[in-house]
Amino acid sequence: MRQSLLSLVSGTLFGAGLAVSGMIDPARVRAFLDVAGAWDPTLAFVMAGAILPMAIAWLIVRRRAAPILAEQFHTPATSPIDARLIAGAALFGIGWSLVGLCPGPAIAALAIKPAPALLFIAAMALGAAIHRFALTPRRSA
Amino acid sequence: MPGFPHAMPFAGFIGGLMIGVAAAIMLLGNGRIAGVSGMFARVLGLSEGGAPWMMALLFTAGLPLGAALAAANVDVEARFPTSLGLIAVAGLIVGIGTRLGAGCTSGHGVCGLSRLSPRSIVATGTFMATGIATVTLMRLAGVVS
Repeated sequence: MRQSLLSLVSGTLFGAGLAVSGMIDPARVRAFLDVAGAWDPTLAFVMAGAILPMAIAWLIVRRRAAPILAEQFHTPATSPIDARLIAGAALFGIGWSLVGLCPGPAIAALAIKPAPALLFIAAMALGAAIHRFALTPRRSA
Repeated sequence: MPGFPHAMPFAGFIGGLMIGVAAAIMLLGNGRIAGVSGMFARVLGLSEGGAPWMMALLFTAGLPLGAALAAANVDVEARFPTSLGLIAVAGLIVGIGTRLGAGCTSGHGVCGLSRLSPRSIVATGTFMATGIATVTLMRLAGVVS
């Protein structure tokens, strides 16, 4: 219960941060990738602001046995670097750049421009389903 | 900002801090990575493992809630391209790519880079590179998004 409530707080602050930083605006995000055009460096300032508290958080994680509200940290492995990672990230970059939308801003933008945001999210869900049912290796028993 | 009339360095940094604190709350409180593509797939039942369903749902639902609260206090723009086909194709590629690569700008970009994770550094460098390459190729080909 407390964990779920904290998730809502985290998601809400995350969404507000996306809106305040201008990252909910696809045209602005796309302009960051448009280095040969009217380049907009805003995204770099957003990343700097976001990485700062998270870097401190990772230092705290190293000194703690468990998170405050749960039994253990569920942190993903930091290696190995495989073909799936590279291919997935490469594809994601292409899709991201077509419109200037990645998953967080797309979902947050539901509050600002619901119709195009919903279209993007529905297509994203279809993509995630294609990955789940066609591109996920079956686990051997 | 000199030379970049449309840039918002201050608002960007403040909003970035909010995003980073939000991710830190998730990590230090619940022990989970605030990765949006993973949470989204979890909500849809399309991921193996990951955060508990209710946790993923409330985090995901918080995103538009937070954006609405921000828009009630400051000017918030969301300029989409007019082509619905382009939006759909982009969403589809983002959906496949983020799941195959196990993360997006939040999981790899914010949470992974701050951890100096080799996987996330490679992933972020890769999606930045293909993103810049795609926009530049579209510009050279005269395609306006």
